[in-house]
Amino acid sequence: MDEALLRSLTPSVLGVLVRRGADFAAAEDAVQDALVEAVRVWAADPPRDPKGWLVTAAWRKFLDATRADTARRRREDLVDEEPAPGPAPAADDTLRLYFLCAHPSLTPASAVALTLRAVGGLTTRQIARAYLVPEATMAQRISRAKRTVSGVRLDRPGDVATVLRTLYLVFNEGYSGDVDLAAEAIRLTRQLAAAIDHPEVAGLLALMLLHHARRAARTAPDGSLVPLAEQDRRRWDTRSVAEGIGILQTALARDRLGEFQAQAAIAALHADAPTTEETDWVQIVEWYDELVRLTDSPVVRLNRAVAVGEADGPRAGLAALAALDGSLPRHTAVAAYLHERDGDLPTAARLYAEAAHRAPTLAERDHLTRQAARLNTHLRP
Amino acid sequence: MAKYLLLKHYRGAPAPVNNVPMDRWTPEEISAHMQYMHDFAARLEKTGEFVDGQALAPEGTFVRYDGEGRPPVTDGPFAETKDLIAGWMVIDVDSYERAVELAGELSAAPGAGGRPIHEWLELRPFLAAPPTVTE
Repeated sequence: MDEALLRSLTPSVLGVLVRRGADFAAAEDAVQDALVEAVRVWAADPPRDPKGWLVTAAWRKFLDATRADTARRRREDLVDEEPAPGPAPAADDTLRLYFLCAHPSLTPASAVALTLRAVGGLTTRQIARAYLVPEATMAQRISRAKRTVSGVRLDRPGDVATVLRTLYLVFNEGYSGDVDLAAEAIRLTRQLAAAIDHPEVAGLLALMLLHHARRAARTAPDGSLVPLAEQDRRRWDTRSVAEGIGILQTALARDRLGEFQAQAAIAALHADAPTTEETDWVQIVEWYDELVRLTDSPVVRLNRAVAVGEADGPRAGLAALAALDGSLPRHTAVAAYLHERDGDLPTAARLYAEAAHRAPTLAERDHLTRQAARLNTHLRP
Repeated sequence: MAKYLLLKHYRGAPAPVNNVPMDRWTPEEISAHMQYMHDFAARLEKTGEFVDGQALAPEGTFVRYDGEGRPPVTDGPFAETKDLIAGWMVIDVDSYERAVELAGELSAAPGAGGRPIHEWLELRPFLAAPPTVTE
């Protein structure tokens, strides 16, 4: 039983049901039921036409549910409509679902959950485990999200930016539970890139592939973080890097720069460098300048200060940092790093300990505490 | 089975025996400590006694209702509150004795110099749901 195939068919099957006139919420439930049945039945009896099988099964489930409902008349109307699958090709169905599941009326958390279920074909239980919330909570979040978008018409173009933000959130969640969300985000972004020709979709896909390529090198066997400079670059996935760079180059050639392409360009420059020292930091600073122009984000300015520290020396980095709000997340950690590079170890040790105190994640806190400990051990008389 | 909460404090518990802040340990001592904590939780998962474990940021805020139609009042971040929780572990065990035994083991996690921290952990039983059979 090929779960990947099964899940990749989810959006187009759902699209067929919606085009036949099923309302989105009921159709989505029916497709989930059909997926469960496919898992049960296909192992012993694989269908020749998996998509056709799923459409038939989902449609039957939908009719059963509708029949169980009081809306008998509506059901009879729908049965009459059944033979007409509609003219729209599958790619459009898929694209519409992406737009619907990331609709601006949804909160980011709801858009993420709905996308993973309706487009990704994950079960509510899998999504709940991945986000470490009870299954009942996730079920409520998804059904509320479905209600929110139930009045949205599917025949209008949606906003690509909200879809990309949603997929980016899924990617950043990383790995917990039995679902690899980063890999799932890549799969969904790849599928989106096949359905729509848009340089920022390509940019996001490239960005994900380039970051994903470094995953194995990013954590030590004991689970602690390994910063970029110390990563064993032989453990980077060169195939993923090559694919990411290829996609990025094609996107950049279209000369419609956006924030994901710029971020991917920075990731590509890191991926290209054999060591930190041989990294083209000057070009990275230039890309950060582009990103500042595109986003005007303080987080981008903070990252730029790190790159300036590498390109022009730690003093220049500290000068760039001085212009930024000290309460920015990770500001203290960056200051600690630049002071260490500048040779002021006591200040760096103190700032690392302070940064650990403010760290937003456990892994970062442990990492920063270790940095402080390393310097303090070194400084001890 | 009975559930217990093991609370670790940033502040508010009596001082541990081996009381050196972590950023004054060596990196190897930190690794040894992390490994001990990780192994402890993994072992409890294997024995079917682990329920949950979470760490909390040291910063937080007090919040209270301020009347109909008004935004809640906030106070903080906490100044010098007496007690500050650092994190918790929930375990589901057969007896109070087992809970004490496990808390004792957790408190023995190695710290500076590789010696046990002897940290004070707060052990709190959950109030259980009423049993079906009451007489």
